[in-house]
Amino acid sequence: MRANTWAGRNKVEVRDVPDPKILNKRDAIVRITSTAICGSDLHLVDGYIPTMQDGDILGHEFMGEVIEVGSGVSADTLRVGDRVVVPFPIACGACAACAAELYSCCENTNPNAGIAEKMFGHPTAGIFGYSHLTGGFAGGQAQYARVPFADVGPLKIESELSDEQVLFLSDILPTGYMGAEMCDIQPSDVVAVWGAGPVGQFAMDSARVLGAAKVIAIDKEPYRLRMAEQAGHTPVNFDEVDVRSTLLELTGGRGPDKCIDAVGMEATHGSAHIAAYDRVKQAVRSETERPHALRQAIMSCRSGGVVSVIGVYGGLMDKFPAGAWMNRSLTLRTGQCHVQRYMKPLLQRIERGEIDPTRIITHTLPLDEAEHGFDIFKNKQDNCEKIVLKP
Amino acid sequence: MELTATTTIRRSASEVYAFWRDLENLPTFMAHLEQVRSTGDRTSHWSAAAPFGKNVEWDAEIIDETPGEKLGWRSTANADVPNAGTVRFVPAPDGESTEVHVVLVYDIPGGAVGKAVAKYFGEEPHQQLDDDLRRLKQVLETGEVVRSDGAPWGKRALKEFPQRPAQPLSDAELEKGADA
Repeated sequence: MRANTWAGRNKVEVRDVPDPKILNKRDAIVRITSTAICGSDLHLVDGYIPTMQDGDILGHEFMGEVIEVGSGVSADTLRVGDRVVVPFPIACGACAACAAELYSCCENTNPNAGIAEKMFGHPTAGIFGYSHLTGGFAGGQAQYARVPFADVGPLKIESELSDEQVLFLSDILPTGYMGAEMCDIQPSDVVAVWGAGPVGQFAMDSARVLGAAKVIAIDKEPYRLRMAEQAGHTPVNFDEVDVRSTLLELTGGRGPDKCIDAVGMEATHGSAHIAAYDRVKQAVRSETERPHALRQAIMSCRSGGVVSVIGVYGGLMDKFPAGAWMNRSLTLRTGQCHVQRYMKPLLQRIERGEIDPTRIITHTLPLDEAEHGFDIFKNKQDNCEKIVLKP
Repeated sequence: MELTATTTIRRSASEVYAFWRDLENLPTFMAHLEQVRSTGDRTSHWSAAAPFGKNVEWDAEIIDETPGEKLGWRSTANADVPNAGTVRFVPAPDGESTEVHVVLVYDIPGGAVGKAVAKYFGEEPHQQLDDDLRRLKQVLETGEVVRSDGAPWGKRALKEFPQRPAQPLSDAELEKGADA
């Protein structure tokens, strides 16, 4: 089959690889009809997540048709021919974390748990196409994928919704939604979202659906801010204005009640010397993060507010504003999305027309053009917001 | 050398105990064990993979047993590497899980055998036992040892680093299996 693979830093390559086979009894094989490039794939390609190997198949947002199931998958959960969206964290459904619906912290699905434990203190779940640290599972930017614990994760789509309407249930829609949900949004809340990429856009839409009074989008790409504005959110361009004073102006001096970091480890900063400080530290590997968005969110949030982090961080950061966090009674909440928890309720919101996930799609490309896709997505060319790949 | 490790498994103490008490189950999750064969109610014959492709074999006997709570064993006669182990099964505070506490003791001899054993365990001997217990948890909670494309052979994962790429195995690799 054809698959998009990691070929070293800043290089992806679509190659011929073997077709997947059943390795565990509860596996299924899915013929992929739609898959996507995620902003977090850029962290892999840019070389900031360790334990990638040449030839690793990328991709953790995919859906398709079940073409084979293992002997341990009962017919009342999944059958050949079912149309499914596959959540990016692989979860066993049986451990204490899964019982608590903390699926991305599943205790059983990472065969390389020992490495993850060294980096994070305790291991995390396996993830499709996301380094050997998260298990070494082949990803979904391919014609076919093996899906472990197929009786737990995949969501069956039984209505006539298009791939484009449901594909993002695999990651970015639930991730954005969880970012808003962690904010415990009240009707009077002003919610500020750092990052108007796909996850940020969905965090904004979710904040609105959950009842926020006003949603602010912070980014520097005019086309991304326009997209947010068209969806009814208030844009702030950090290349043009001072974010802190603009947020104070927009909130009567209080600061946003809830702040969402939808940027993560590779933030850019309007101030050249601060950007250079973290860029250099990251380049010499004495810091794994460039946490400008998170620092600014913490400094901006009103006292007693919530800072919700859904942008990806991988290791250690410098100059965490612990004083602001502690003295101003901020609550910091975070997590890799527990996608399985949100798929059904969000599918219902899509069916009811409350959220339109298709609004962020700017490009649809054949799988074989994945390399071009990564290029324009990374370099923000051609107003690229979200790319769907067709195998 | 004494190794300790612990894990919590979402199964009752009696279930976890019963699985462990059937010593023939141990090689399904313990990386170094090739086979354990029951030779009597309390006696068994163990074989383990050793360096240089050799197998080491020894007899063991259960010397301490409280059903659902505790199991202790030790090697008998003149084992090359005299060893003993105890495992305790303790109900976890959540009321449904079981804490498994393992202690293994190896009496590593001098000379070539001792050196080979030391080399086998490497710089982090406890890592292997930690991984063994992770696989025990996988087997009891999910039914089998979880495999990925990078680590397709279950309990050999540690030896496989750096791993094969995260892409499906070829037919030839599958045919060769874990001994590839």
